[in-house]
Order: sequence, then C-alpha cells, then structure tokens
Amino acid sequence: MLKLNQVSVGYSGPRGVVLNKLDLSLNAGAFVCVVGRNGAGKSTLLRTLSGLQPKLSGQVTLEQSDIHEMAPQTRAQRFSVVTTERISSPGLTVRDVVQLGRQPYTNWRGKLAHSDQEGIEKAMARMGTGRFADLAFDGLSDGERQRVMISRALAQDADVMVMDEITAFLDLPGRVEVMSLLRNHAHNTGKIVLLSSHDLELSLELADQLWIVDDGKVSFGPTDEAVIQQAIRIAFDTSDVAYDPARRQFKLTQKRV
Amino acid sequence: MSSTYTSTRSNASTQQRLVIITLIAGLICVAIFSLSFGQVVLGSERLIAAIFDPAKDPVAAQIVSDIRLPRVITGLVAGAALGISGVLMQALFRNPMADAWSLGLLAGGQLGVSLIVTAAAFAGPAALACLASFQGVGLSTGAILGVAIFAALMAGLSRRVGNITLLVVGLMLGFTVQGLVSIVMHFANRVGGRVYSGWNDGTFASTEYGDLCLLVLPIFIGLIIAVASAKGLSAMLLGETYARSMGADVKRLRILTLAAVVLLVAPVTAYCGPVTFIGLIVPHFARAIARSSQILQLLPIAALCGALLAVSADAIVHLPWEQHFLHLNAILALVGAPVVIVLLLTNPSMRGRI
Repeated sequence: MLKLNQVSVGYSGPRGVVLNKLDLSLNAGAFVCVVGRNGAGKSTLLRTLSGLQPKLSGQVTLEQSDIHEMAPQTRAQRFSVVTTERISSPGLTVRDVVQLGRQPYTNWRGKLAHSDQEGIEKAMARMGTGRFADLAFDGLSDGERQRVMISRALAQDADVMVMDEITAFLDLPGRVEVMSLLRNHAHNTGKIVLLSSHDLELSLELADQLWIVDDGKVSFGPTDEAVIQQAIRIAFDTSDVAYDPARRQFKLTQKRV
Repeated sequence: MSSTYTSTRSNASTQQRLVIITLIAGLICVAIFSLSFGQVVLGSERLIAAIFDPAKDPVAAQIVSDIRLPRVITGLVAGAALGISGVLMQALFRNPMADAWSLGLLAGGQLGVSLIVTAAAFAGPAALACLASFQGVGLSTGAILGVAIFAALMAGLSRRVGNITLLVVGLMLGFTVQGLVSIVMHFANRVGGRVYSGWNDGTFASTEYGDLCLLVLPIFIGLIIAVASAKGLSAMLLGETYARSMGADVKRLRILTLAAVVLLVAPVTAYCGPVTFIGLIVPHFARAIARSSQILQLLPIAALCGALLAVSADAIVHLPWEQHFLHLNAILALVGAPVVIVLLLTNPSMRGRI
C-alpha cells in the first residue's frame, strides 16, 4: 500500500509549498488518474511521491517503509517513472533503452541474466515496440519513443508506476490503447499505476480513482462519486467552459459571437 | 523472434571482436614501427638485438630502451586515458562534443603551467632550470590544479546552462587563457617561454621511466573509477531524471566521474602537454565500432582507439624528417578537426543536438 501521511510538496525557493499536508493512500492494483490545470502541482506531486524530489514535510511510505529513506537502487525496484520529457540519445537502440530498465536488478557491470532478457522482450511485446527493437531510438517518432519509454518502465517491474503526462505525444487511439493497457497491467499484476493526464474525459472513463489537484489540495475518490464530479467542476470550470456531470463532458457556456 | 535476436547479437559481437583484434594488431605494428624508425633507422635485426641481446648492440639498445620505449609507452597510456576521458565526459554532460579540450579543462592546465613557469622565472634561474629539466613536479602540480579547478567550474556551470552554451563557454575559456598566457609569459623570461611552448606543443617524448610511474598510477585509479561508474553513466544517457528513477545516485556519479576525468586527463596534460582531439573524436569511433552507447562496452574500445591514434600521431612526428618541424598537436589537429567537421555535417542526430 502506498501512503502519503501529511505530506507537503513544493520547493524551498520562492515557489514554496505547492500542495499542503496531503493524506492519500492507494491499494495494490489501483489505476489512478491525476488531473488538474496546468501548474496545479501534478508533476511536483508525482516527482515527490516517487522519491525524485525531496518532500517538504510528512512521510511517503510503501508497505510501511519510507521511500525518501530508501537506497536509490531499492527505490528503483519499487518505483518506475516515465515523464513527458523528450529524450534524445544518439547511439542507443530501442532495446538498449528498454534494457536500462533492468538496472535496479543487475550487478555493477549491468550484466543481464536470462530472466532479465525475458522481461525485456515481454515488456517490448506488451507495448508493441518489439518490431523496432534494433532501430535507433533517436530515429523514432515522438509517440513511438514514448512507447519505448513505457516499455522500459514495464521492464523495470516496479510496484508503483508513475506516469507523468505520458500520453501527450500519442494520438487518440494510441492514448486509449496505452491507458487501457496500463489499467489492465495494474488490475492483473497488482501494481499501482499513477498517471497524470490532461485528457479528463478519458481519465474519467478508465480510472479506478481520480486525484484532482487544485488550489493546493488533492480531492480523491472513485470517478462516479458526486463529490468528485463537484471537484472537477470547481477545478476546471471557467467563464467559457463548464463541466457537465451528466454527459461527463465539457461544453462551451458562451455562444460564439 | 528471440532466436533472430540472439543471432544478430552474436554476429555483432563476432564483428566487434574482429575489430578489437585488428585494433590490437594495428597497435602492435605501429609500436614496433615507432621503436625501429626515427632519426636512427634500426632494421628488424637491430631492433630484435636491442631488445633481447642489448650487449651485442649497445647503441641500438640505448636508443630503444631509453628513448623510444618510454615514448611509445607514454603514447599508449596517454592515448588510452584521453580516449576513456572523452567517453566519460560525453556521457556525463550528454554532449557529443564534450572533451577535456572543448570544455576548457586543458585551458585550466595551460593557465596553471604558465603561472608556475612565470613564478619560477621570478624565483630565479635555478628554479627555471629545474623546471626545464622536467624533473620537478612543478609543471605537473600546475597542470593538475588547473585541470581540476576548471573541471569543477564547468561541472557547476553545466547544471545551469545548456549544451551549446557550455561548449561555447569552454572554447571561450580556451581563448581567454591564451590571452592571459601571452600576457603572463611576457613576464617570464625567454627560457620560461621556451619551457612553456615546448610543453604546449604536446609530446610523449619527455617522460622517463621514473615519470611513467607517476603518469600511470593516477590513470589506473581513474580507470577503476570509470569502470565502476559505467553502469550509472549508461543510465545517464537518458538524462538525470531517468537515471535517478533507475537507481543511479546522480550526485555521487557526477563527483566520481569528474574525479575520474581529472585523474585521467591531468597527469597526461602534466607530462605530455595539452593533447587535443583524442578525447573528442575517439568516443565517436568507439560508438561506431561497438554499435552501442553502453558505457562499459565503449571503455576498452575507446582505450584501444585512443592509444592507436596517439601512437600513430607520435610515429609521424618522429619519422626521420630533415628538421623537427612537426608537433603532436599539429598532427592531431590536422586529423581531428576535419573528423569533427565531417561528424557534425553527416550525423543527423548530432546536427540536432549541437
């Protein structure tokens, strides 16, 4: 179980506290979508709870152990991360990139055991990246690269997969495919998948639980709960668009002039 | 699928082994050539006699063991060290044009040496004579301090600015130091100037057996650190965030890698001068040969390529020319700069990044 106990996230500089005293918990096998406006603090939250950024206060625990106290290699066995950052690395093949996902388990030389190789091939097959396994990573399209990075995270076989706006480079069918694949992965293997997305409608469709990041706090719950529907309206409504809970869609409130 | 995967990989590794064997063979050929050719041309017979039966041909024995062998060994070690340092720097800075020269580390060494020479000139002719004979640790200290300080500066800067800015800053540091050196050397007398410019041209010929130990020891430690950091540096190829998410201790990795770079580059710079271009182009050859960027695979290939390039350039310098008009850095620049230009123009992934 992943637990956030009175966690404040943010920066020491002028940006200060972004989200204050969060109490959140997730059970194994949960597929959670994190939504919120730009700059609400989704990435900061995800970076903090995966141990990439120090917390300001509180405690993040996974199965009772504090993730900010873990040795880097142990933490890498518990958390895998994919970000929206566009990676370019000349000379690496797709398989090289996916292989790097096994680093938390390999010895100092990074030597891959037979089981590592199997995990790598399986992860590539899951994301459909096996067919360009031997091509240069840099030669791929943005969407294909993102699939490779997700394959790498799958190969890392961590208890919690943290995906920060990974679907931004994918087309609509690609987004649906990747998100439902990750959802099945969570449900079938008991891993926790946390995925932040701007695709609210798709998130509502697929998530077991929604985290709505808004105004320094996080509202959470199953997608069909009235409280959550209300929270979405508070977070996203502007003078031009309004969320319609009945249709689970946004609509324009102002007539076009 | 899995069987084709293993077969293509094993083909690649046989090919790779062939290339490595070729490199080693080339290295041995050039080394033998260097030992027998020079102002005095020894045939194979005299060379064999010089090595195995020194009493029979004392002149040849002296030429080979006192002059040529230390030079060839220095070239091998220095070339290998610079090649490896290039791989480390290009991985750490995620910049295909990074090396000790382009990021200004060698400029640090130059500044350090010029200051030491000037200080010695002020201290008096005895101090200068000591420096000139290269016995003193003075030049080494200057070079090592200079390289280490500039390495720390560039590492600090690299966290704040992008690749291109860092490269330009490195090159500008080079020019700044050139200017400073020409001013500083004005205050050193003529002997000091000669000591400096002799060092600055780069040569593998000024080391004796006693120096070799001081050259090899830090390089060996640097090599161990390089091998130990290789796994983490491979993860760094995907950037700092991903490296950390895959279990690399990035802060420690940065410090270790920089320490390795200084240990590899500084002794070479101290004893052989600022040797350019080896660290810059060798990693590209190594990646092409290994067909991979995985650091651990690159290290031995980069060491071999670097050694071969260094020893070959040195062999050309010491061909029996009428006059001693070629310098090591002149040859390396003539070979290296066009290679860099071709790499930049033909490699699409590089054009995007630099």
